[in-house]
Amino acid sequence: MNIFIQLTYLAATILFIVGIKKLNKTQEARRGNTISAIAMLLAVLATLVHSKLLNPVEIFGCLLIGSAIGLIWARKVEMTQMPEMVAIFNGFGGIASLLVATSDYWTRAVEQPGLSTDMVIIVSILLSVLIGGITFSGSLTAYGKLSGKINGNAIVFKGQHFLNLVFLLAAVTCGILVSISMDSIYAMMIMIAISLILGILVVIPIGGADMPVVISLLNSYSGMAACTTGFVLNNSVLIVTGALVGASGIILTQIMCKAMNRSLISVLLGGFGATSGGTGGSGNAGDMVIKEVGVEEAAMIFDSASSVLIVPGYGMAVAQAQHIVREMMDLLEARGIGVRFAIHPVAGRMPGHMNVLLAESNVPYDKLIEMEQINDDFANTDVVLVVGANDVVNPAARTNPASPIYEMPILNVDKARTVIVSKRSMAAGYAGIENELFGYPNCLMLFGDAKATLTKLVGELKEQ
Amino acid sequence: MSVENFIFLLYILVLASYCGFELIAKVPPTLHTPLMSGSNAISGITIVGAILCIQEGAWSKYLGMAALVFATINVVGGYAVTDRMLQMFKKKK
Repeated sequence: MNIFIQLTYLAATILFIVGIKKLNKTQEARRGNTISAIAMLLAVLATLVHSKLLNPVEIFGCLLIGSAIGLIWARKVEMTQMPEMVAIFNGFGGIASLLVATSDYWTRAVEQPGLSTDMVIIVSILLSVLIGGITFSGSLTAYGKLSGKINGNAIVFKGQHFLNLVFLLAAVTCGILVSISMDSIYAMMIMIAISLILGILVVIPIGGADMPVVISLLNSYSGMAACTTGFVLNNSVLIVTGALVGASGIILTQIMCKAMNRSLISVLLGGFGATSGGTGGSGNAGDMVIKEVGVEEAAMIFDSASSVLIVPGYGMAVAQAQHIVREMMDLLEARGIGVRFAIHPVAGRMPGHMNVLLAESNVPYDKLIEMEQINDDFANTDVVLVVGANDVVNPAARTNPASPIYEMPILNVDKARTVIVSKRSMAAGYAGIENELFGYPNCLMLFGDAKATLTKLVGELKEQ
Repeated sequence: MSVENFIFLLYILVLASYCGFELIAKVPPTLHTPLMSGSNAISGITIVGAILCIQEGAWSKYLGMAALVFATINVVGGYAVTDRMLQMFKKKK
């Protein structure tokens, strides 16, 4: 490898770091993304020059097809579907790593058996295949769950962990066979199959409410897959960037776990959505007294408030109510009523998803306040409007040790003077847990589709 | 790969991981989704590995080509959608 390509990789690495650094600030983030894209372009161009373009038609053809698919997809995707898209792109990163490692293996084992192959390379190839395969099939499973193509609930069955262990041991056995003799092509193929099966097995026990964790985790895996591929090819730029992505995914995974008061292990072992269904908290649901509120009355309550906090949930996004919520914010602000948004870290289907959905409907980002900053303000707030959020405002997390979400940090909406909950019906939320908030004396239920009822509410406010 | 070379690569791995933790821990929650799709696009760096695999040889070349298509979708789509999201985070008013 010559000096030119090494120096270009170095420049690309610096630009990647600068690009990520700029993501720290909302104003500079877009430029940061562009810098990171330029870094990628540099790395690709240098590699193209270096590989002396043995197959220019094939290479440019592949680049063109990939770019076209990527661009069309990125333009078409709805912001509510962002988690699905990130999941599937993660998967593509994973399968790419698996294919590169397999290609390298094939060259060494079959096409050019004379190449010197040592332990580091073999182990790297095996790891790259394993992590890449798990990332791919795991991401596709996550995609299926998120888009409702397969059951989003946690799928747990007896002997699941034992089965995982068996497959893992089989993978290790295949790995040993390959490292003893590179010619063990069948062992390699079994290894690939096992990695794909393991990906599915790792993700199916994870329930819908834990989706933000899964997406972050798979993001981390895709980085690690790229990183191990770097060891296969003895390529530092792959190692550096893979490590950056791996670290990013792990941090976000940690943040998500903390936001739900769950350990990573308990998420991976699964069962949040499935096992908690009818149990904890539902005991007192029967004798809960619920107060309903009509649109006119709700409008009057808002009109007489001086401070309003809006708590958005994924239900708001599904009902496409974020635009009418913004309109309502403008209307209230025009009357001198302070409006802010309280954002729970796991609102939405991936970290920070709710912020993107609100930004799409032009809510200024300085109005979006994180849970830790806003939680003490609820006690001084006149009206809280909860739109399509459920589990993140459930006081059972503070009061009911039997509840599966006990000790999960929540938004303290129940401390406000009045809480208005816009909700379709009394059905339980994503985590399948009853919400005792709805029976609180200061809580009023505004039943109906969020978009329809809030549109009526805004109309009512305009008339007053 | 010599032992020295391997240890050198390990150095890079450790330093880059540390650097990644430091950089990303400071990203505000508002930007977590763009961060994720952006870093996801970066993980498509495998594109470099894929290009290096497309040498002569039948199967290793086809595998490399498939890898190249997947990695390119990941990279181009990832950056494009991140840009689309960050565009919405403009300063208002």
